[in-house]
Amino acid sequence: MARISPELNTGSMADISFLLLTFFLLTSSIDTDQGITRKLPPPLDPKNPPPDINIKERNVLKVLVSKSNALLVQGKYIDIRDLKETAKNFLANPQNRQDLPETEEKEIPGLGKIKVSKGVISLKNDRGTSYETYIHVQNELAAAISELRNDLSKQRFGVKFSDLDNSKSDAISKAVPVAISEAEPENIGGK
Amino acid sequence: MARFKKAGSRKVPGINTGSMSDIIFMFLFFFMVITTIREVTLLVKIKPPAASEIQKLEKKALVSFIYVGQPLQSKFGNESRIQLNNSFASVSDIQAFIAAERQARDEADRKMLTTSLKVDGDTKMGIVTDVKQELRKAGAFKINYSTRKKGKVTE
Repeated sequence: MARISPELNTGSMADISFLLLTFFLLTSSIDTDQGITRKLPPPLDPKNPPPDINIKERNVLKVLVSKSNALLVQGKYIDIRDLKETAKNFLANPQNRQDLPETEEKEIPGLGKIKVSKGVISLKNDRGTSYETYIHVQNELAAAISELRNDLSKQRFGVKFSDLDNSKSDAISKAVPVAISEAEPENIGGK
Repeated sequence: MARFKKAGSRKVPGINTGSMSDIIFMFLFFFMVITTIREVTLLVKIKPPAASEIQKLEKKALVSFIYVGQPLQSKFGNESRIQLNNSFASVSDIQAFIAAERQARDEADRKMLTTSLKVDGDTKMGIVTDVKQELRKAGAFKINYSTRKKGKVTE
């Protein structure tokens, strides 16, 4: 007759794994690695200044966040809630107005010939601007671009921009580029 | 006529707890996968601002962090300061930091390196601008302003 081996007592196993679980819960954090991704321009070479590219006045939307966290667009105070609409209107130029940016016909694979705006949003801030306000403004501008992309995507493909596959979303990204330039800083408000 | 067993002879069967540990282990692995172990101890207060138009950083191994905020301990002053790795640093240290971060990665991955700016909401832009200028000089153009998630502004 085969000997019956005694059963292992596994009752404490659960306790051990509970200990491990609590240990990991305490030492780790659900990290929120998310944010607004931007690309910085390459540094200016002082010996070799860039050629004077003639950007027409109508193609630039000057956004300035002042020391007192006020928002100026083209030199006028506006409310931050209106910024998104202003930016959208500027980039889309639906009525083809003369004081809003020009458009350029471009051939984009997947979309065919399409009008691409030449508009650039120039975002300037002061040294005294609070980071929170700056991010708020960045967020509104990003929202304007993503809404324009969504509109175009719905019009062309009938789905949201985020639901498109890679080649289609690349095409839309080319048609509505992220035209935000973080301008060279100026020292106005001190530290 | 029905017969009844004596109440005293009935025995409650013991609950089998053998699978309990498996369940807990499943929990454990789940948490191990979704969380990351903190690599640095924060010396500065960071409460990032909220934003709705956010993108997730995909490759966590290719992200280097720069922390900017008020020091947690008041003996280091109230001015916003920069933290790199585990110590306070000045703006001029950033280029060396980026070079070291590049050195630690594979050659193929170096171009993909993103710098995540974890900046406290109350910080003034002056120091952030300085950091950005240094990053431009160092050639680290891909940056990410770290933010919390917030619901859509509209809709």
